[in-house]
Amino acid sequence: MATQSSRSAARIMMAPAVFLLLVWMLVPLSLTLILSFKRFLPLRGDRIGERGDGFGDFLLDYITGFPTLDWVGFQNFASFASSGAFADAVVTTLVIVGGVLAVSVIFGILLAMLLDQPMWGQGVVRILVIAPFFVMPTVSALVWKNMFMDPTNGLFSHLWRAFGADPVVWLSDVPMFSLILIISWQWLPFATLILLTAFQSLDSEQLEAAEMDGAGPFARFFFIALPHLSRAITIVILIQTIFLLAVFAEIFVTTGGAFGTRTLTYLIYQRVLESQNIGLGSAGGVYAIILANIVAIFLMRIVGKNLDR
Amino acid sequence: MARAVTTPRKALNTAIAWTIGILIFFPILWTVLTSFKTEAEAIANPPVFLFFDWTLENYGVVQERSNYMRFLWNSVIIAGGSTILGIIIAVPAAWSMAFVPSKRTKDILLWMLSTKMLPAVGVLYPIYLLCIELGVLDNRYALVVILMLINLPIIVWMLYTYFREIPGEILEAARMDGASLKDELLYVLTPMAVPGIASTLLLNFILAWNEAFWTLNLTSVDAAPLTAFIASYSSPEGLFFAKLSAASTMAIAPILILGWFSQKQLVRGLTFGAVK
Repeated sequence: MATQSSRSAARIMMAPAVFLLLVWMLVPLSLTLILSFKRFLPLRGDRIGERGDGFGDFLLDYITGFPTLDWVGFQNFASFASSGAFADAVVTTLVIVGGVLAVSVIFGILLAMLLDQPMWGQGVVRILVIAPFFVMPTVSALVWKNMFMDPTNGLFSHLWRAFGADPVVWLSDVPMFSLILIISWQWLPFATLILLTAFQSLDSEQLEAAEMDGAGPFARFFFIALPHLSRAITIVILIQTIFLLAVFAEIFVTTGGAFGTRTLTYLIYQRVLESQNIGLGSAGGVYAIILANIVAIFLMRIVGKNLDR
Repeated sequence: MARAVTTPRKALNTAIAWTIGILIFFPILWTVLTSFKTEAEAIANPPVFLFFDWTLENYGVVQERSNYMRFLWNSVIIAGGSTILGIIIAVPAAWSMAFVPSKRTKDILLWMLSTKMLPAVGVLYPIYLLCIELGVLDNRYALVVILMLINLPIIVWMLYTYFREIPGEILEAARMDGASLKDELLYVLTPMAVPGIASTLLLNFILAWNEAFWTLNLTSVDAAPLTAFIASYSSPEGLFFAKLSAASTMAIAPILILGWFSQKQLVRGLTFGAVK
């Protein structure tokens, strides 16, 4: 039984983690929010403070809301949202997220079903299939970009030439397809692994009973297996969406945002660190946070329900 | 599902599964093989698969030219440091939430999870700015702290789901037998908690090792880990396939091996206990 003293001990044990995450969340978030209402172009001479260079001075500026920067109201939000780049970025983001989700969920289900069947060397196949998930994003992007998709020396170009076809310049001719291929290669293993775990908890007696009652393989799949998998599928979709919205390294090392592959994440990165329009980038950041939160709410509901059991 | 199947059926399953497995694994296999080729063989058409003059030369060149060991060491410090620091902070928190749950435990857990969902790019400039103001841009200890904070929610969650499975009755039994609080912690709880802590450690090391947003944006020379080192191959050096492959192989090999040990924990850790 938890006593009064163990409760206060529990609070003390929790304090560091809670405090750190609170600071980690509130400080950057409030900075983004303040800056999104400001005009801040460091390259044109805008400075955060004139008091000095110490961290104490910075804190004072932060608390007083950076008085040296002009307050521009919702102008950053308006110009970020009304720019053509924003609309394009939203479409690109949706295509990439949707494309990778479709590939990883559909092929993930098929692969999980296959891996659940009796076979020789199941453990080894599982390892082969899961491996891409552990490859760091910069490596997988670069290996695909150069060793497979390079138009002169890439493996695909050799293959195309062997069939007498002209090699495809993958990253500029079909950039979205190429990116979806690369990112799907990284995420298909994750979906497969989770769906396989869910498959393995499927009651085989139920399936056998259905089989004896004359249900064909399709009926068994659609009426027994798929409903059983629905929760795992939902979780795969939500978790992957959160990670996919944040895809960065894959674009950074392949196209650098060119050829219409600029996602919302990449657009904000460019506004903030490349063109150094901090106010505009911060407004974009606020949009990205809102977008991610919409997905997060659904995920949290499912995870939360699971906690009650 | 241990259903009896005929041998031909099993053979067919095996053939299809192995074909697909090798196809999915192929880019990794090809990278490893290419790392042992000469540059000429690496771009040969038709490609050479196994029958080439195996050489270790590329590995030597990569280390010599770019001081590979320094990037490796940065990766080890950043991934290892952030994981260990995270565990030290998370163990007491997860422990108290699992054994002394209160009405607010669930809310705190979900709130922690929500901080993980914050898109990194939304707070890119603030963190960048703070690093400048604190003088820790391109500093590996800053990255240790940042990656620790990023993975802390996952660490707390994973530990919590493991700790919650330790039955509370065992503690009462130990107490009845006259165990002191110290005995209880040392001889009863710790041995039961070690496997959970170990797998949390493993998965988070992998996640931190592969993290490629903050490590790319907050480092330049001194603190750059392997993610940034490989990204520097993106042009035109990357067209030396054999060297690119050698650098890539060295960057992913340790994690692939660790990863194979952590498959099961991966599902649990990344779905926050919702799929087991």
